[in-house]
Amino acid sequence: MPRRLLRDGEILVDEWRMPAEGAVADDAALMLPLAEWRTERARLIARAGPLGVILAPADDERELVADLPRLALVAAEFPTMSEGRGYTQGRLLRERWGFARELRARGAIRRDQVFLLARCGFNSFELPDIELEGAAAALHTFSAAYQSANDWGLRTAVRHR
Amino acid sequence: MYRYDVIDKTLVEQRVAQFRDQTRRFLAGELSEDEFRHLRLRNGLYIQRHAPMLRVAIPYGLLSSTQLRTLGSIARRYDRGYGHFTTRQNIQYNWPRIEDVPDILADLAAVEMHAIQTSGNCIRNVTSDPLAGVVPEELEDPRPWSEIIRQWSTFHPEFTYLPRKFKIAVTGAPQDRAASQLHDIGVHIARGPEGEPGFEILAGGGLGRTPVIGQVVRDFLPREHLLSYLEAILRIYNREGRRDNIHKARIKILVKSLGIEEFRRRVETEWESLKGNGPRTPVEEIERIRAFFTPPSYRALADVDPAAGQEAAFRAWYRYNTHAHKVPGYRIVFISLKKPDVAPGDATDTQMELIADLADRYSFGEVRVTYAQNLVLGDVEQGKTLELWRALALAGLATPNIGTLTDMICCPGLDFCSLANAGSIEVAKLINERFDDYDYLYDLGEIDLKMSGCMNACGHHHVGAIGILGVDKGGEEWYQITIGGAAGTDASLGSVIGPSVAKRDVPETLARLLEVYVRQRHPDERFIDTVRRLGIKPFKERVYAAPAAA
Repeated sequence: MPRRLLRDGEILVDEWRMPAEGAVADDAALMLPLAEWRTERARLIARAGPLGVILAPADDERELVADLPRLALVAAEFPTMSEGRGYTQGRLLRERWGFARELRARGAIRRDQVFLLARCGFNSFELPDIELEGAAAALHTFSAAYQSANDWGLRTAVRHR
Repeated sequence: MYRYDVIDKTLVEQRVAQFRDQTRRFLAGELSEDEFRHLRLRNGLYIQRHAPMLRVAIPYGLLSSTQLRTLGSIARRYDRGYGHFTTRQNIQYNWPRIEDVPDILADLAAVEMHAIQTSGNCIRNVTSDPLAGVVPEELEDPRPWSEIIRQWSTFHPEFTYLPRKFKIAVTGAPQDRAASQLHDIGVHIARGPEGEPGFEILAGGGLGRTPVIGQVVRDFLPREHLLSYLEAILRIYNREGRRDNIHKARIKILVKSLGIEEFRRRVETEWESLKGNGPRTPVEEIERIRAFFTPPSYRALADVDPAAGQEAAFRAWYRYNTHAHKVPGYRIVFISLKKPDVAPGDATDTQMELIADLADRYSFGEVRVTYAQNLVLGDVEQGKTLELWRALALAGLATPNIGTLTDMICCPGLDFCSLANAGSIEVAKLINERFDDYDYLYDLGEIDLKMSGCMNACGHHHVGAIGILGVDKGGEEWYQITIGGAAGTDASLGSVIGPSVAKRDVPETLARLLEVYVRQRHPDERFIDTVRRLGIKPFKERVYAAPAAA
């Protein structure tokens, strides 16, 4: 069954594949962990298809800065609900490093996290199927905010103070 | 005081709706216990020994009479008729039902209150000086800055899933009444070399299992950069704080392991990168918030001595439970929540309503909550203190013990808390029974007694002039005693005097410590200063000289 996800507020079939999920066609979208990117980089950038890198919580996104123009996706992995480093990775990728393509949150993500993640610049979310509808609605949990942030994935304008 | 505008109102109302839905999903089985735990903890809801515990934020300890009345009515309607004021200026309810919590939050939202971030690994309710704005020696009122921090930290997108809880305190006077050196960040209002307004910033303080006094990260920070500097500290902590061991996850451990110089270097480097685009507080915003804290319309009065010629009980209360005010003719009045038969910091529904009425009648409708778990009416006319005292005394709220041994700080302990090893409320009762002679208490003078039911140190025992820590010894409740701690400007950590003592021996142990003090003190020397001068040895020798009398 194809994996579905929430991207830019819409529920879509995910076109991205990981090496662990079987053979991926040369022109298909391929994402893989930073550790594998490091060793396979030369081979991967010769591919025809879009590339994405998955950051583990302890990874430093600065390692990717030079390669950001070739990446169509960066994902942050959240192994548990209490993991918070990805929020900083997301903000810095958007604000400091100017990454403007797909920024994805994956792992132990529920609808309850998507609003704050979207404020940190995430625009796509891998969620359990039963969470997708609720998560799309949860992007509108709050219609105001105290801090200025990225609000990348939010479809309604968040008013800052 | 600060009043909500449409943004604040919208946020708390939408938060109630969000939490109502989360509670519904949990009760319907759509959220597991563990998933709900992460969510409810960020809204002050713990599952405790007997029932859930809900902690409600009282930002920087300031309440309107309307808000206090609502806290009283919540105690009556959803709890067992009382609430517990905490060292971080919050109030806790010990008996709500989970399914009622969304309704409680809705009641709170109606009076501009909430329970947002009162627990969980996020930036907690900001605390400050309970005497802010009314003491003569203040450099600047810290409440506008506390409110600016409250807003910035509420639903902060980046810092809501930190390695561990994160507490910020703000002070604006030379006297530290907010235990700011024991916070993850202490913000001290300061002046720069040219007298320009700003802050001294401390980090890495904290209690718990590993008590640490905060260290200065920056001597002087210009005021408009406060929030970007806090973001830099939080960002370093969020990325580099330990997440593998809950006991090593507070920022104090990170600061210790890096050393303050390296920690400072990283913070400053991050701040240089972010301050250009980070949050900046322009003068207009500072003035907008400050306008909420303008002084009330004081009457032109002369100072009087209302205690002269009055009965001894009033004179004692006036001396111990009131404090000098910056405006002539006014007095700051402490309402003691410490009396023999009540858990320290507890107030009943009717007491809260009465205090709200008294605040309306005598103190411009405002009430403050203190670090030492008492309440304060900040702006009382000296000439009206006698009638105020009579009203408080009738309600059991005039125990004349502020600053004395029985004005103790105490956590809920084993009686309520699922973390505690030992009861603290019962020990408080034993201490009150033993030390019930006010002449003796007054002779002892200022002594901070602080008691925690376990090493999580919610009762701040490490920083008590006398600290009592409940420990579990083979299923029995025992108590470890420390002396020499302080939470104020002269913050220090107490030293353990020796093996822990049985519950029944706690009062006798205290009596022996005090006996040494009375014998050895210099004229006008406080207990803490005698301990600092002599060290713990003479105290230790006396306590363990012979078995304590049963």
